[in-house]
Amino acid sequence: MLEKKPIIFLLLATATILIGTMITMVAPFKWINDPKLKIAEVKPYTPLQLEGRDIYIREGCNNCHTQTVRPLLADVERYGDYSKVGEFVYDQPFLWGSRRTGPDLARIGGKYPDAWHYKHMADPQSMVPRSNMPKYAFLQRPLDTALTSRKMKALHFPYTPADIEALKGKTELDAMVAYMQKLGSDIPWRKAAQAAVIGELKNPYQEDKTVLAEGKAIYDKECAQCHGKELQGEIGPSLADIDKPDAEVFRITYGGLPAGGMPAFGDALGKDKVWKVVNYIKYHQRR
Amino acid sequence: MGQQEGYADDVVKGFIIWSIVWGLVAVLLGVLISLQLAWPQLNFPPYFTYGRLRPIHTNAGIFGWGIGSFMAFFFYITQRLTRTRLWSPKLARFQLCLFNVVIALAAITLAMGMNRSKEYAELEWPVALLVVVLWVIFSVNIIMTIVKRREEQMYISLWYIMAALVGVAVLYLVNNVGIPISLTKSYSAYAGANDANVQWWYGHNAVAMVLTAPPLALFYYFLPKSTGVPIYSHRMGVIAFWSLIFMYLWTGAHHLLWTPVPDWVQTLAMAFSIMLIAPSWGAVFNGYFSMNGQWHQMRDNYLVKFLIFGITFYGLQTLQGPSQAVRTFSGFIHYTDWVPGHVHMGTLGWVSLVLFASIYYIFPRLYGREIYSVGMVNLHFWLAVIGQLIFSISMWIAGVQQAAMLHATNPDGSLHYSFMETMIELYPYWHARAFGGVIYFASLLVFIYNLIKTATSGKPAPVAARP
Ligand code: HEC
Ligand code: HEC
Ligand code: HEM
Ligand code: HEM
Repeated sequence: MLEKKPIIFLLLATATILIGTMITMVAPFKWINDPKLKIAEVKPYTPLQLEGRDIYIREGCNNCHTQTVRPLLADVERYGDYSKVGEFVYDQPFLWGSRRTGPDLARIGGKYPDAWHYKHMADPQSMVPRSNMPKYAFLQRPLDTALTSRKMKALHFPYTPADIEALKGKTELDAMVAYMQKLGSDIPWRKAAQAAVIGELKNPYQEDKTVLAEGKAIYDKECAQCHGKELQGEIGPSLADIDKPDAEVFRITYGGLPAGGMPAFGDALGKDKVWKVVNYIKYHQRR
Repeated sequence: MGQQEGYADDVVKGFIIWSIVWGLVAVLLGVLISLQLAWPQLNFPPYFTYGRLRPIHTNAGIFGWGIGSFMAFFFYITQRLTRTRLWSPKLARFQLCLFNVVIALAAITLAMGMNRSKEYAELEWPVALLVVVLWVIFSVNIIMTIVKRREEQMYISLWYIMAALVGVAVLYLVNNVGIPISLTKSYSAYAGANDANVQWWYGHNAVAMVLTAPPLALFYYFLPKSTGVPIYSHRMGVIAFWSLIFMYLWTGAHHLLWTPVPDWVQTLAMAFSIMLIAPSWGAVFNGYFSMNGQWHQMRDNYLVKFLIFGITFYGLQTLQGPSQAVRTFSGFIHYTDWVPGHVHMGTLGWVSLVLFASIYYIFPRLYGREIYSVGMVNLHFWLAVIGQLIFSISMWIAGVQQAAMLHATNPDGSLHYSFMETMIELYPYWHARAFGGVIYFASLLVFIYNLIKTATSGKPAPVAARP
């Protein structure tokens, strides 16, 4: 019967695909828009950040970078607190991505100082030699702001004419870095994560030269990009003559100095490796 | 039959030729982006960076190669199953021009960075509108042909064709709703987790309505044509059809496991993905049982070889897919190279092998000639299968290895490897994939050469063998 009635067949097929659609695509709006899930600290994008986000979309960064931290140990320890629904309410479109060729960027905001991003975006391999991220030096061109107000209006984001005025002279790279620094940093998760750091603070490797090579290897990979190959300082201060006690250097490396742009390495390296690198720095200095 | 009956076949030729052109572009770009991952100095900013080329690759593959050739075969099959000339061959010729304009525009605008960022729905709104026009005139032409058909019964293939027509229309319209800012820029109408859920409802069902239903329509049509024996069970086809189109729509959130999308949506997606094994394997068994007593044709008949390997990859694909939809396994392989391994077993193994078989079936008939070289067909077959297997297998290993490294912890609970330590291990696999891609590309060159020779200097076929 059906096999002889194309129009009825079409209607029936449409109805069939609409059942799952209603339940798993239409109904969830109600759950996701639940006012209880709103997070007051999460703010809309500023004009500069929004332009940065649009460049992120234009360049297709989402083909290599995701923007959701899953509640799994490997994600949370590597990238930070897991993502919440309320953090994405201003994301049109969402940029969660489907492939992590590079690291997740949901919480990149505040991880590095601005200077790190400028250098990294222009030439990733100069910071991370085996990275396969393309070079984006061409973003050092003037930002086109012709549509900025219209974009802000369309998305109902608050702004003042002064904000638009302030975009004069900015480059696309400025916008991109502003966007990077905003990502995931509205909720104060870094502070919360930092509070939980400290354990017993005695250098287990004091005067132990056997772990120096390992400490140096960690230093070259994790720290040299900011503190220089010879500890001479670059984006971060020189560590060559650091006069802080071992425990303090450990604390800084483990927990970071988020306000000053020094990332926390506790989760990524673990206590043992942090002590080894501390040991290396202190030894280097004693020489 | 054929020209004598007045079927409109010129436009079928046109679509086949152009879809092959776009397929070649897709594979070339695939090889290029796989090389870029291995050697980043192959990025040429601003237009030819990985971030801008990857969407062109996927769009050329799915829309240029996939949909382009499905348009050809929908026209071809529908006319024959209804024993009716196409409702409007003129409209179809216009459709061919528009199709090429749209794909070319897609490639150009994406290279320029006009991109909505939603996977498989990247095209900015003016181009997306042209896609809608394209789909409407296509659907009207097919459906009108079916309505005024001369063969009362509608064979399974027509069912899948009609489902694909409405399915794609609904999905595309809903996922493309946006707020235009200018001719070259728009924002999605949905935000955050809502946008994600709409997107993957679309994304997964693009797999259903573009990469599953149409190749199944072709499979159900060309397998009996090639073997000369009917399909094993019509009834099984019917049940598989309705349960397939019912279940697929529930599964989008298996792309969003462990994300902030509500848990119950994820759980439903997981459950329905596993249930999908049944209708998927319904088609696989239908194919295998149709071969009862005909297995010798795997050796003698190259069309059968393509089709049976194709449906076998489909079978593997629909076992692997549901396993990826299980939370624990997804937590492991999601976001890794495992997924491109899955994707290309589907696109290069299943979809493309069925398309090759279908083209080998109708191309000589359209030109009234015999295939130029059967040896080359076999060469094409083995190069394609080997290239694809190198690709997929190296990606599965790469995915599992990286996942294991990313999840490895020290005794104190900290992570054992930094992200970069896991990534540098991938380079050898990326080299292997590029190598597999080059072999696949070579297989296409053999394919195309053989077709050109068939059209220009193949032996004229006896009239009986014409369409
Ligand atoms: C070909 C893939 C690829 C593309 C495209 C890409 N990246 Fe990356 N990105 C990487 C890889 C791999 C890394 C890790 C190594 C490194 O730091 O360079 C990375 C690292 C980063 C980091 C540092 C993350 C961290 O936690 O250390 C940022 C920030 C970043 N990318 C931003 C971007 C932006 C913005 C774009 C688009 C303009 C982009 N990336 C495009 C692959 C890519
Ligand atoms: C992204 C760049 C960056 C990286 C990578 C980095 N640092 Fe820093 N580091 C900084 C910055 C910036 C400061 C200054 C912070 C401040 O003054 O508040 C700093 C400060 C420090 C200090 C305190 C210096 C002082 O004189 O008070 C120590 C110790 C330190 N870093 C150690 C390390 C170690 C060890 C590593 C590698 C495991 C490392 N850093 C990696 C940017 C970085
Ligand atoms: C043999 C030639 C091909 C090569 C070398 C190739 C290579 C690639 C590469 C390197 C990626 C990116 C993977 C990543 O994100 O890590 C990719 C993605 C993709 N390709 Fe291909 N490709 C080929 C052919 C095709 C064809 C013919 C199609 C379609 C019919 C296709 C469809 C896709 C899709 C849909 C994706 C996105 C996958 C995802 O999001 O996970 N590819 N391809
Ligand atoms: C029962 C059938 C199937 C199920 C349940 C299934 C399931 C899945 C799942 C869970 C993913 C997400 C993997 C991840 O990101 O972690 C995925 C990705 C994908 N699958 Fe399948 N799959 C099925 C069949 C197919 C078929 C037949 C194709 C045809 C080519 C296909 C093509 C794709 C593509 C292109 C993606 C990548 C999407 C993206 O991330 O961009 N799948 N599939």
